[in-house]
Amino acid sequence: MNILEIKNLTVSFDGFKALNQLNFSMEKGELRTIIGPNGAGKTTFLDTITGKVKPTSGQVRFKGRDLRSYSESEIACMGVGRKFQTPRVYLNLTPRENLELASNKQKNLWGTLFFQPSVVERRSVEELLGVIGLQRKADWKSGLLSHGEKQWLEIGMLVAQSPDLLLVDEPVAGLTDEDTERTGNLLVSLANEHSIIVIEHDMEFVRQIAQKVTVLHQGSVLCEGTIDEVQSNPQVIEVYLGAQEEDHAESD
Amino acid sequence: METAKVKKLPSRTVTIEVFVVVAIALIFMFVLPPILTSLGQGFRVSLLGRFLALAIAGLAIDLIWGYTGLLSLGHGVFFGLGGYAFAMHLKLQFEPGTEVQLPSFMPLYGVTELPWFWQPFYSFPFTIVAVMMIPAIFGAIIGYLIFRNRIRGVYFSILTQALTIIFFNFFNGQQKLINGTNGLTDFQTLFGARVTAPETQQVFYLLTIVCLVLTYALCRWLTSGRFGRLLVAIRDDEPRVRFTGYNPTGFKVFVFAISAALAGIAGALYTPQTGIISPKAMDIAFSIEMVIWVAVGGRASLVGAVLGTLIVNFAKSLLSEQFPQIWLFFQGGLFLVIVMVLPNGLVGWLREQGWELWQQLMGKRTLSTYPALELEGELDLEIDHEHPGD
Repeated sequence: MNILEIKNLTVSFDGFKALNQLNFSMEKGELRTIIGPNGAGKTTFLDTITGKVKPTSGQVRFKGRDLRSYSESEIACMGVGRKFQTPRVYLNLTPRENLELASNKQKNLWGTLFFQPSVVERRSVEELLGVIGLQRKADWKSGLLSHGEKQWLEIGMLVAQSPDLLLVDEPVAGLTDEDTERTGNLLVSLANEHSIIVIEHDMEFVRQIAQKVTVLHQGSVLCEGTIDEVQSNPQVIEVYLGAQEEDHAESD
Repeated sequence: METAKVKKLPSRTVTIEVFVVVAIALIFMFVLPPILTSLGQGFRVSLLGRFLALAIAGLAIDLIWGYTGLLSLGHGVFFGLGGYAFAMHLKLQFEPGTEVQLPSFMPLYGVTELPWFWQPFYSFPFTIVAVMMIPAIFGAIIGYLIFRNRIRGVYFSILTQALTIIFFNFFNGQQKLINGTNGLTDFQTLFGARVTAPETQQVFYLLTIVCLVLTYALCRWLTSGRFGRLLVAIRDDEPRVRFTGYNPTGFKVFVFAISAALAGIAGALYTPQTGIISPKAMDIAFSIEMVIWVAVGGRASLVGAVLGTLIVNFAKSLLSEQFPQIWLFFQGGLFLVIVMVLPNGLVGWLREQGWELWQQLMGKRTLSTYPALELEGELDLEIDHEHPGD
């Protein structure tokens, strides 16, 4: 069964169709990259899956369940985790506390109020701190971390939630080449146990991680395939890659 | 003493904190009053008692604003509800052999029968529960309606402020039921003791301190641990909290209800010590004053909330003794200074700049900027020792 199944999804804001009759499906365990020019509807796409935006028509099915009637927090508890474009971690809490909040199994009032993290949870938080390389800074205020460390912390929070589907919005924006590569490796290693959707602009990075690429354009899927197939598709070159090359030419 | 509640956490710092809090409480209870009285400043003790009651309201504001980021400008309503609930019980104490068993103001307006909602306040246990539960239930209902609809920030503040206006006008207008604009006053007895007698007032004073310590312990418990961190997370980035899988509505309603109940307790303790509760408690100005206490002391610091309440109120009483006209200007100025110079209040300043200043005064080397931490291997090592990675 497909973990995510989207049929004829349309989202319109005051008549403007951010997503237009979009069809998309993804298998369990897949690492999918979504690219597309600005305004193609990439972020709205994630907003709709996570319940922040409700579909105008069409439906989003996650593990077979229509998500329309669920709130953001319910969808998150079903197993959809999201990383935002700019890192959004709780700056006044330490990385350890950030991860502990995310890894909490009982996210209701009672569980949060009366139960402290279990030994298993503590251990998995400790492991995660190692994976994202923040063991030494585990008890600093997260506001003191660098941009890259915050990006990693947020990915760590995602993993701590132990979701089945990870939605990752531009994870390498503003990172150095080295960090970009490490992030890529991290995502690829996570893909063993999770299904992941990555939205990215950085084509080199896409090449590093991509198994299958979906191109969005004006709210619909333009084409799908391997990175080579996509990059040689004339339509894609016209709407996206071509435009980017022009940008490069201008900036040169 | 009752602070034993927090002792469950087997940590040395907690034990020290319990010890310090109890020690301070005992000083306020038994050392300060005789000293002030011997200096001929006995009336300050009664002021202190009132201000300590207000400090409970300060903690309530700190919980909801400092930690959860909800700027409530309507806590006067909850304070008033608690105050009225207790005052109603006091007004139902009659001398033996009194013919008209009615609160003293009622016959003046031709009321001959006790209104139904006054009846349960004959019972002292009911009154105690009502002091907490009426504000809490009311806060929970209001909170649920507001938070479920995701009303946040300044819109929340405006709504709470509108609430005070509604209540102020309602209580002002109910002459026959609750003596309208005059409020409930002229309390006679409680358990047969005269409310105004020094001994009774001393009991209220001690009770206030006990309640303040308990409130502090409760707030301390709520704001430490995972729940407290979640409150901070809601304050700093509520949408993120939703995507992490928490539904903030329930948490916010809960904290708002707790905070309302605390404000109610504050009102109930304040009322017998001042001898009156009137709709003025539900005035907008009073609710804003509460916020100023916490802003002066330091948001998201429980000690700051208590300290701020005491400092601002004593400044108010001292200044208005000397220059009755000047207080309002001073209060406005104080708020400006705090917002512009000490945005984190006194305690926030002490935590940040105060510490550096102290080190500079002691001639210690100080860290100028954050990156220095990373560059200096020596410091890095120190940090490692403090928090070994296991």
